[in-house]
Amino acid sequence: MFDVAIIGAGVIGCSIARELSKYNLNVALIEKENDVGNVTTKANSAIIHAGYDAKPGTLKGKLNAKGNLMFDELCRELEVPFKRVGSLVLAFDDDEMKTLGKLYEQGIQNGVPELYILSKEKVLEMDPNISDNIKGALYAKTGGIIGPWEFTIALAENAVENGVNIFLSNEVVDIEKKDFGYRIITNKDTYDTKYVVNCAGLYADKINNMVSNNKMEIIPRRGQYYLLDKTVGNLVKYVIFQCPSKLGKGVLVTPTVHGNLLIGPDAEDLIDKTALNTTSEGLNFIVEVARRSVKTLPLNMAITNFAGLRARTERDDFIIEEAVDAKGFINVAGIESPGLSSAPAISLYVIDILKNIAKKIEKKENFNPYRRAIPKFIELSEDEKNELVKKDKRFGKIICRCESITEGEIVSAIHRNVGARTVDAVKRRVRAGMGRCQGGFCSPRVIEILARELGVEMTEIEKDHEGSYILTGPTKSEVQ
Amino acid sequence: MKYDLVVVGGGPAGLAAAIEARKNGVERIVLIERDRELGGILQQCIHNGFGLHVFGEQLTGPEYAERFINELNNLKIEYLTNTMVLEINDKKEVYILNQELGFRRIEAKAIILSMGCRERTRGAIGIPGFRPAGIFTAGTAQRFINIEGYMVGKKVVILGSGDIGLIMARRLTLEGAKVLAVVELMPYSTGLTRNIVQCLHDYNIPLFFEHTVIDIKGKNRVEGVTIAKVDNNRVPIRGTEVFYECDTLLLSVGLIPENELSRNAGIEIDARTSGPFVNESMETSIEGIFACGNVVHVHDLVDFVTQEAQRAGRGAARYIKGEAIDNGVVIRTVNGNGIRYIVPQKLRLENLNDEINLFMRVDNIYNNCRLDVKLDGKIIKSFKKRKVTPGEMETVKLKKSDLSTYNDCSLSIEVVKE
Ligand SMILES: Cc1cc2nc3c(=O)[nH]c(=O)nc-3n(C[C@H](O)[C@H](O)[C@H](O)COP(=O)(O)OP(=O)(O)OC[C@H]3O[C@@H](n4cnc5c(N)ncnc54)[C@H](O)[C@@H]3O)c2cc1C
Ligand SMILES: Cc1cc2nc3c(=O)[nH]c(=O)nc-3n(C[C@H](O)[C@H](O)[C@H](O)COP(=O)(O)OP(=O)(O)OC[C@H]3O[C@@H](n4cnc5c(N)ncnc54)[C@H](O)[C@@H]3O)c2cc1C
Repeated sequence: MFDVAIIGAGVIGCSIARELSKYNLNVALIEKENDVGNVTTKANSAIIHAGYDAKPGTLKGKLNAKGNLMFDELCRELEVPFKRVGSLVLAFDDDEMKTLGKLYEQGIQNGVPELYILSKEKVLEMDPNISDNIKGALYAKTGGIIGPWEFTIALAENAVENGVNIFLSNEVVDIEKKDFGYRIITNKDTYDTKYVVNCAGLYADKINNMVSNNKMEIIPRRGQYYLLDKTVGNLVKYVIFQCPSKLGKGVLVTPTVHGNLLIGPDAEDLIDKTALNTTSEGLNFIVEVARRSVKTLPLNMAITNFAGLRARTERDDFIIEEAVDAKGFINVAGIESPGLSSAPAISLYVIDILKNIAKKIEKKENFNPYRRAIPKFIELSEDEKNELVKKDKRFGKIICRCESITEGEIVSAIHRNVGARTVDAVKRRVRAGMGRCQGGFCSPRVIEILARELGVEMTEIEKDHEGSYILTGPTKSEVQ
Repeated sequence: MKYDLVVVGGGPAGLAAAIEARKNGVERIVLIERDRELGGILQQCIHNGFGLHVFGEQLTGPEYAERFINELNNLKIEYLTNTMVLEINDKKEVYILNQELGFRRIEAKAIILSMGCRERTRGAIGIPGFRPAGIFTAGTAQRFINIEGYMVGKKVVILGSGDIGLIMARRLTLEGAKVLAVVELMPYSTGLTRNIVQCLHDYNIPLFFEHTVIDIKGKNRVEGVTIAKVDNNRVPIRGTEVFYECDTLLLSVGLIPENELSRNAGIEIDARTSGPFVNESMETSIEGIFACGNVVHVHDLVDFVTQEAQRAGRGAARYIKGEAIDNGVVIRTVNGNGIRYIVPQKLRLENLNDEINLFMRVDNIYNNCRLDVKLDGKIIKSFKKRKVTPGEMETVKLKKSDLSTYNDCSLSIEVVKE
């Protein structure tokens, strides 16, 4: 019997799990995918927003600015790549300058520190690659960039380290109300729990509707991106937004925390919650809009494109509350942007709700806030490199040549407490296959290492989601 | 560690360059290869057709490589496999990593770069759609099938009619897969004519010119691709879409010289070849650093790689012995009409022995034409051609005496229709 069962191991579920692991509670984290952070959390702009976008008084307004300021300490504790590069919202005419004023006011009310409205000259001095056609910009010094999946994986690892039970590849198919609380039924197992926290992202409606008559509907809103090679990662120094307008709501141009350049997203409401495909219309649109922000856009350096789905609801705000007709069942739904930025504050908010319901929950004495990252071999000093190779020869062997990732790093990614099982899970943990050749060279070796370490056949290794098999069998199996 | 010559990359280019340098008197040579064995991309090319020019016979890739590996051993040239070069710099220091030595610095008098090339990916050409498993570059599929012994799919569509794509169409068919179509964006193939005949025609595999893949279906594994015809601007034409049900998409959409090491060292790169600017000795913009093979420009025949590498080996030997002449007449090569690039980009007349082979690619198919070679505007030679295509590298052999001149000047080559 669990005290709390969290459904969904995106950044929100993992944040809450880690926060709950500070208490003497028996916690289950249940996820339908074969890895954490493998849906919306892996396909977004990776921006830690400053917090001036949301209307004051909304949950978004309350939680974004607060969450933002928690990232320095969190990322230090969890050894997650995070950079406060600052963000700029560009204005191209007088109307947009007025919009900047409004955003500035909102930011102040939401408690965002260090906001400035800058002249064109100042902006171009800060970043000469920005378009000459601007009038000015809103500068938010606290805006940052992060590795969203590293963050989520780190939260999950630290939560498990502190006693949370994680159940991957478990899709919740039904929930029954019981005297003790709830019985959660998945395609694999059943889990009894006193309280449920619903963090199922795009499917939070489905989970809510299993227990509540207060029906919810999540509308998927797609956003598409281009990712460019590291050679052009320093095209801009800041996160560059445009004013929300009819042309583009938030198409941005930004460096990523790994040194690539990211362009996107657009916004398109859909019906299909699995429509994670890109379209030529969407991709052309973001390029057209992004061209306004910068002097040149080296699109010939694109290495991939991808899409993410925001979980939008009619309420147009985060929904974080106990369901009225289901005691002890807490919805954390409609967590669209800035969900990533707000995640740390959301988890505190949820703990407060739980404390209200459960009355007494005690802090653990031996909570360990630290999680060690996998060493990034290429970034070590000469001496450290040699020491590591002496200790473990697998660090002397480069597997991914674009990103210079060693076999030692890959093996370590597989054997962590929330270890990699797929080629893409390895990629999200150590970046093997993330470079300009997109795994062309290293994927055969990564498959080989996964198969060896997991003790399975090469043909059993999948690319990403269940069913994404890579090899169809040994050669000469089709012809007799 | 100190060497006279460090060769980066143990493919046919690196092998031939190291051998030639030894034959020209260089003592302390080390060749460094990141893979398990020497031979480079040839190890996975188990089809034949290698060595027609150099040996006058048809060898497979591994057979061709073996001849050079044997010679390397006979000449007692040192080499390291499973060793990655992580960095080189303009002081000719080479930083390597392997399991036994760890992270080490090597000081060299000269360096030859022969890192080969990599394949362009789906991302580079921006195909929209889902991102399922089952999308491979042709070279990756080749490695899986020919070296690892695994099949990558059962029903396959191939995008791009370069040599690797063509060869893989045949290879997959022989392994029991069904190749539904080869789709080519341009109105011509970038592969060798003999490969179109031997790999597609012989197996009744259709080839569609001026077509491309515009969508990929399948959330976990490829379930199909949509193909459309393109107009003159390579934009898909609405209404021409055809859906092919398949589990695999193979991409053979071009190779890019692998120049991250070169770029970080500050070597100047020619935007047309994506490889370093080189002179008649295959020396880059940094004195004493040479380059050859696919790292300079993408070759379709290994024989030309070998010739070019031998030139680099001789050049490095001359440089190490202090015999290279760096003053005197310089001739720059310039693309005339119809020429996409010429390698080398610069000739120092005094360093030429008796003749020089210029490698080049044309920008379109031309039938019954001439290649006119002009020195400072005056035609000095003219070569008749029945057909030239961007898929087949052209070579032009010039004698040192053809180039007699007393001033720095430019040499241009252009395609003239007869
Ligand atoms: C295009 C785009 C751009 C964005 N940009 C930013 C940004 O720059 N900054 C920012 O702060 N935010 C941004 N966001 C928002 C941010 O990505 C999300 O708020 C955040 O990732 C949501 O996390 P989550 O955990 O709620 O959802 P998810 O990551 O989707 O996690 C939900 C999990 O629940 C699981 N699940 C679902 N159903 C079941 C079931 N039946 N049983 C078990 N498990 C189940 C899913 O598999 C999934 O892993 C962006 C979003 C998008 C789409
Ligand atoms: C699939 C395919 C089919 C072909 N078919 C034919 C054919 O039928 N007939 C024909 O004549 N030609 C053919 N060719 C062309 C010919 O094989 C190539 O042009 C030739 O192999 C290129 O030689 P290279 O030495 O420049 O590069 P490669 O063979 O690619 O060798 C480069 C080597 O450098 C190593 N390297 C790179 N970076 C580093 C580093 N940092 N540290 C250490 N080592 C490094 C690589 O591991 C590799 O071994 C084919 C080519 C391909 C790719």
